Amino acid sequence: MSATEARPEHRVVKSRRAGFIRDVISLGGRALRSIPRDPESIIPALIVPVFFFAVNVGALQDVAEAMPGLDYKAFQLPVAILFAVTGVTRANILVLDIQGGYFDRLALTPVNRFAMLLGFMVADLVLVMSLSIPVIVLGTIVGVRFETGILGIFAFLGIAGIWALAYNAFPYAVALKTGNPAAVNSSFLLFLPVTFLTTVFVPEEALTGWMSQVVKFNPVTYLLQGMRSLISDGWVASDLLAAFAAIGAVAALSVPLAMWSLMGRVRRK
Amino acid sequence: MPDYAVVTEKLRRSFDDLVAVDGIDLQVAAGEIYGFLGPNGAGKSTAVRMLTTLLMPTSGTAFVAGRDVIREPVEVRLRIGAALQDAALDPKQTGLELLRLQGRLYGLSGRDIDMRIGELESLIEIGDAIKRQVGTYSGGMKRRLDLAASLMHNPEVLFLDEPTTGLDPISRARVWDEVRRINRELGVTIFLTTQYLEEADALADRIGIITHGKLAIEGTPAALKRQLGSDVIVVRVDGDAQEAKRAVESIAAIEAVDVYDEEISIRVANGAGFISAVALALNESSIRVRELTLRTPTLDDVFLSVTGGRLQQEEAADEEAER
Repeated sequence: MSATEARPEHRVVKSRRAGFIRDVISLGGRALRSIPRDPESIIPALIVPVFFFAVNVGALQDVAEAMPGLDYKAFQLPVAILFAVTGVTRANILVLDIQGGYFDRLALTPVNRFAMLLGFMVADLVLVMSLSIPVIVLGTIVGVRFETGILGIFAFLGIAGIWALAYNAFPYAVALKTGNPAAVNSSFLLFLPVTFLTTVFVPEEALTGWMSQVVKFNPVTYLLQGMRSLISDGWVASDLLAAFAAIGAVAALSVPLAMWSLMGRVRRK
Repeated sequence: MPDYAVVTEKLRRSFDDLVAVDGIDLQVAAGEIYGFLGPNGAGKSTAVRMLTTLLMPTSGTAFVAGRDVIREPVEVRLRIGAALQDAALDPKQTGLELLRLQGRLYGLSGRDIDMRIGELESLIEIGDAIKRQVGTYSGGMKRRLDLAASLMHNPEVLFLDEPTTGLDPISRARVWDEVRRINRELGVTIFLTTQYLEEADALADRIGIITHGKLAIEGTPAALKRQLGSDVIVVRVDGDAQEAKRAVESIAAIEAVDVYDEEISIRVANGAGFISAVALALNESSIRVRELTLRTPTLDDVFLSVTGGRLQQEEAADEEAER
């Protein structure tokens, strides 16, 4: 190498496509950096699961444990995780990017268009995993033990993570389709039927009337069953497969919707 | 054949019934500063969004940095930089993070990014604020950071969409200095849109005036002014300006008379020699003259003669229409 080449001021910088993986990492890093700078958006996700865990266990433990063989704290831990991860997204940042024009600024670069969404989702995955850890620690403190051991805890976190990605594609679809922060906030409404019309308080056998029918159609019922099986029953293939199938069913709807909205947003129309 | 940075042919874009850009032909030479001048809603931003690959033309062709905007958008993106209206930056990132991200998305190595930031820091004179979140910046600082971000990858062509709108005069002058330096020192072709005549006059090698989606006239600022004759006599009257126009029209040597509101501008080769004749003619027809001035033509006069409106008033009317 000659002396001139070694002098950096003589190098001419030339742009090129960074590639899909590097684009996702770059944009994911940016989305992750935004989290501590926007703490108000994650504080509810830290408080809500602990609140529901304490209230549900406090109010219903004695009643529910009248059912033979039910450990109600173990029963409620997946519910707490569900509340910790469902709908926790950076979609609010994405919609502000769109509104403020930074999304266009990024679209001016040769960045891969899919990375413009996946970067956020990677950050979400890191975020929801981090939010799940204090809930698991809390569960351990109050005496919940995993039948499946350490490996089961990882599987539990993994299921929570992919569930979050599948569900969160909905708020992203709304953000990309509308570019409207109020619409993104309203997408929270979807959270209510999904998380409450299921076996959130008592097991399916204890439900009666219309509720006992509705829960059969809610994918979250199977998700919770799969997660509970990891705590109470060990490795039960049928429960885990049902959980993955439920997540897959949600993703089959939400991910194409988000992709379609993304393509609509970056298409030059 | 000269090297062109931007070439368009019959470039057109409509939104439903509204034709925003209506068949524009442009040829911007490499190394040139081209000023795209027009009121709000004239189609400037739509044209820039097409040239920067954010928007598809309805018809026509556009080549930027030698690449087809329609068929090779990524190739165009690699060769252009753009600072769009209102310095759209992420307020939660620091200046440094924003520049680094920009560099990474253009595939630059960490070493190249550091080098470019070092070079650009002196250009934008942002100092230690580069380590602060962009949300804390003043309007002028945001514009300068935006400029730096659009230059990270050494683009061949730089698009600046209204780079000084909303800035105070001092910040505006600094942005002007930087635009000149980028063009002179780095040889970057600059395509600039503006609604300020003095900005186009101060910066652009050539100006195109756009109204209602069409290119009305094009040329160097000096040539555009020269086209109007050497002098302008402006008369403001109380009452009917048309009557004043009729009163002076018969004076020999007058090239043209434009009327706008209560004002007429008379274009004449030798203003000093004819101002008394104008005054006499107005006096004879008993028109009340409020103001009578003689000056050399400005771009505003050019604008008036090609569009029949003053730029600032057009803008107000357009804003009115948008409501």
